[in-house]
Amino acid sequence: MARQARQWRVGAAGIAVLGLTLTACGGAKVGDSSADSDSSGKCGTFNLAVNPWVGYEADAAVVAYVAEHKLGCKVTKKDLKEEIAWQGFGTGEVDAVLENWGHDDLKKKYITGQKTAVEAGQTGNKGIIGWYVPPWLAKAHPDITDWKNLDKYASQFKTSESGGKGQLLDGDPSYVTNDEALVKNLKLDFKVVYAGSETALIQAYRKAEKNKEWVIGYFYEPQWFLSEVPLVKVNLPTYKTGCDADAAKVACDYPVYDLDKIVSAKFAKSGSPAFDLVKKFNWTNDDQNVVAKYIAVDKMSAEAAAKKWVEANPDKADAWIK
Amino acid sequence: MTVALEKPENADTAEPAEKTAPVAGVRRVSRRMVVAAILVTWLVLFALLRGKQTLTLAAADLTDLHRWFNDVNDTIGADRNSNPLFLYFFNEIRLVIDNLVTFIQSLISQPSDGRPLPQIGWLGVVGIAGYISWAVGNWRVALLAVAGFTFFGMQGLWQESMDTLALTLSAVFVALLFAIPLGVWAGLSDRFNRIMTPFLDFMQTMPTFVYLAPLTLFFLIGPASATIATLIYAAPPAIRITAHAIRSVPETTVEAADSLGSTRRQTLLKVLLPMSKRTVVMGVNQTIMAALAMVTIAALIDAPGLGKTVVQALQSLDVGTAFNAGLAIVVMAIVLDRVTTAASGRAEAARRSGNRFLKWRRPLLVGGGVAAAVLVYLSHTYVWAAEFPGEGSTGSTIASAADDVTTWAQDNLSGITNAFRDAITNGLLNPFQTLLTDSPWWLVGAALVALGAVLGGWRAGVTTAVCVGLLVGTGVWSDSMTTLASTVVATVLVMVLGLTFGVWMGRSLLVDRLLRPTLDAAQVMPPFVYLVPFLALFGATRFTAIVAAVVYAVPVAIKIIADGVRAVPETTVEAATAAGCNTWQIITKVQLPMSRSALTLATNQGLIYVLSMVVVGGLVGAGALGYDVVAGFSQGELYGKGLAAGLAIVLLGVMFDRITQAAARRASA
Repeated sequence: MARQARQWRVGAAGIAVLGLTLTACGGAKVGDSSADSDSSGKCGTFNLAVNPWVGYEADAAVVAYVAEHKLGCKVTKKDLKEEIAWQGFGTGEVDAVLENWGHDDLKKKYITGQKTAVEAGQTGNKGIIGWYVPPWLAKAHPDITDWKNLDKYASQFKTSESGGKGQLLDGDPSYVTNDEALVKNLKLDFKVVYAGSETALIQAYRKAEKNKEWVIGYFYEPQWFLSEVPLVKVNLPTYKTGCDADAAKVACDYPVYDLDKIVSAKFAKSGSPAFDLVKKFNWTNDDQNVVAKYIAVDKMSAEAAAKKWVEANPDKADAWIK
Repeated sequence: MTVALEKPENADTAEPAEKTAPVAGVRRVSRRMVVAAILVTWLVLFALLRGKQTLTLAAADLTDLHRWFNDVNDTIGADRNSNPLFLYFFNEIRLVIDNLVTFIQSLISQPSDGRPLPQIGWLGVVGIAGYISWAVGNWRVALLAVAGFTFFGMQGLWQESMDTLALTLSAVFVALLFAIPLGVWAGLSDRFNRIMTPFLDFMQTMPTFVYLAPLTLFFLIGPASATIATLIYAAPPAIRITAHAIRSVPETTVEAADSLGSTRRQTLLKVLLPMSKRTVVMGVNQTIMAALAMVTIAALIDAPGLGKTVVQALQSLDVGTAFNAGLAIVVMAIVLDRVTTAASGRAEAARRSGNRFLKWRRPLLVGGGVAAAVLVYLSHTYVWAAEFPGEGSTGSTIASAADDVTTWAQDNLSGITNAFRDAITNGLLNPFQTLLTDSPWWLVGAALVALGAVLGGWRAGVTTAVCVGLLVGTGVWSDSMTTLASTVVATVLVMVLGLTFGVWMGRSLLVDRLLRPTLDAAQVMPPFVYLVPFLALFGATRFTAIVAAVVYAVPVAIKIIADGVRAVPETTVEAATAAGCNTWQIITKVQLPMSRSALTLATNQGLIYVLSMVVVGGLVGAGALGYDVVAGFSQGELYGKGLAAGLAIVLLGVMFDRITQAAARRASA
């Protein structure tokens, strides 16, 4: 026993020596090149909520890139759904939401009610919501883009889920929708079927275009998927101010949303350069689509996509930090 | 495990069971008649009363209860910064857990203290993983651990994997801190066990989506909320299995200890705990598996790690990347599973291998420890050992291969799959769902109570009545019935597949070896990874949701049935063979009847697992309760309805659990 123990002690020593030898020819040490590692200057930490759709991710990527590289902020991106992101304004966990789609309910609760959030201007993006059909369908039956003709085709849209009526496919439950009321008030022979997620919705359209299937459903712009399959919008009765005042009686198209930015009340008063950046951040649907395409179709990382866009559009990015 | 314990008993009672068979037969026939009578009455009344008093509620409509839930939720949120409960209780818990997670992250995954890299690099982590696996298990699992961890690096997911590992370890650690003492208590005290059981049922069947948003209100967005969400789901198995372990220590042993004059404390520490150690480690194993199943859900409240990669990749339907990350989760689960399983069997294995091994063990342990320490030092100091070399090219290969397979399947299979879907939907699901949703609620309720009482006895009948009453109270009766229909269809499919593969696996060790890793993978692979191709094949339908539930629930059923079939004494099978039975007769007349308790257990677990997928189903077109829960998570106004739908899922789960368990007890009595 004693002899074995000695043997093992020798073995252990051997390993230690081996370790030390390896160390001698080890190569670069961790932290050697720490020249640009301390970039946290006057800006401090900037907590940016990232809501789960690619367009928002594009906004966040570009703002985070500018904040990090031009303002020296330490940006913490937080992947959250809208409701939870807004909740984070009060607890100080979230500084800014960059692309808000209407959401009067949340505005009422957090801006006028709890007073933990304030508006920070528009993003310049126009949000369009509506009913869309795959391009092959719009080409084969051009009159389908008028809602009055939808009933004529209702039987074609029948599926195993729609109980004998035409199927109108809805997506993620967090998105703004009046579809059930619309179907009822326009007296259409359709039934709203809840796909339950954006993934399911996109997959349905992708398959429909490929196999020439009949699909009609909820969709929105700006959205990266439209650059892959350019869906065609169906015209509902034109929107007039106030026609959607009573949610149960809506019988008109969705308004065009001016997407806007929301920040926490604390952040707005902090004097952080990141707040000024958020406030001035403004770009077009085309700009966003380009970055979203980099991320979703070309599979670039958010950081790389933002870098590419900022380097191609220095004047736009510089205008936000002047 | 339970089956193994019952084995001797089965062998003894085989013959008497044979003799009493005729009596039992008469009784069973009459019970079958009663069930048939209930169903016929239901159908007749359905034909007469169709569409009356169905308690339907449209997607955006709320009841008073739902509004009340909303108000409670809002009040809590508004008081957050002044309420002493928050200031001195929740905030403290959050601080402790946040610090624990951040500490582990700074060790293995996140830059800290001005270092651009974590304290311990990949080489150190691989070294520690290998060393610990060997120390608590054996050299085979140590090799597996080293290979598995290196694989994360090759996938290009080192940091993400370490974040997930850090979060999982913290959640499991905190869970065990509570679970083991509670489990011991529940094992010692019948009364505490009875109090505990409904809570555990609740924790395991309540959909996580329901408490995710409130959690971030209580514990803020960050590691604490993610850890707590994980441990709520992961702790119950450890508590249940620990209690079971304590209970299964033979009474004679405890009596012997008592008669030798040991105190309760001594009995616990010297007899009960050591003797149940093996089973308790199995509980730890189950807790780890459950924690890993939560990785993607926790990512919805910003938990770092592999879950985020999956969720983000799916926003752009990037199945390849999502699959790559999902595979990392699977590999981590398999490594941790095999290591803990080896750890639970180690004491026994060591005893068998004799003294020689024991003598060498201590010096080997020291030597290994030193080697691991050297690796840690290297990985702390040098970049090559800290940052995983290479670009993760294996990961992109895996991703593009997964993409190719998906595309091929979508292009070539969709014709067949559509026919299959329509056959099941129109032939089975639609009629059944119509029967449940279009009958008056009191008729369905009465039928359920009657079935519960006939199959499970009066106690089960009372439980069913209470559950039906509460279901009506939640205000989502109609949605519950839609979900119930899908659940039952899914469970039938689970049992069909479970029987086929379970018997096959139980009869052949080779098949077992081949199938088991696939089953493990199906259990821990995040559902959405395979749901995207399923969506392409079946569309956003209830059927897709059923398929998802079947994929998740079938492995459990297969494993339980295989164990049951294997536990049938070999002598019995041999006797049957000698008597001239062919294979089919052996299976249907000997093996299946003798593993009846395993079959009921498989049905029970299959149902519970199917129910736990209801919410995922809501994301791919199932509608009903699953959609209500998802909508409640995403929209403040629907929060209360989501909570009610979550409660309805729990009620369905409790109802079925009690009926099947009571039926199982009757069957084995």
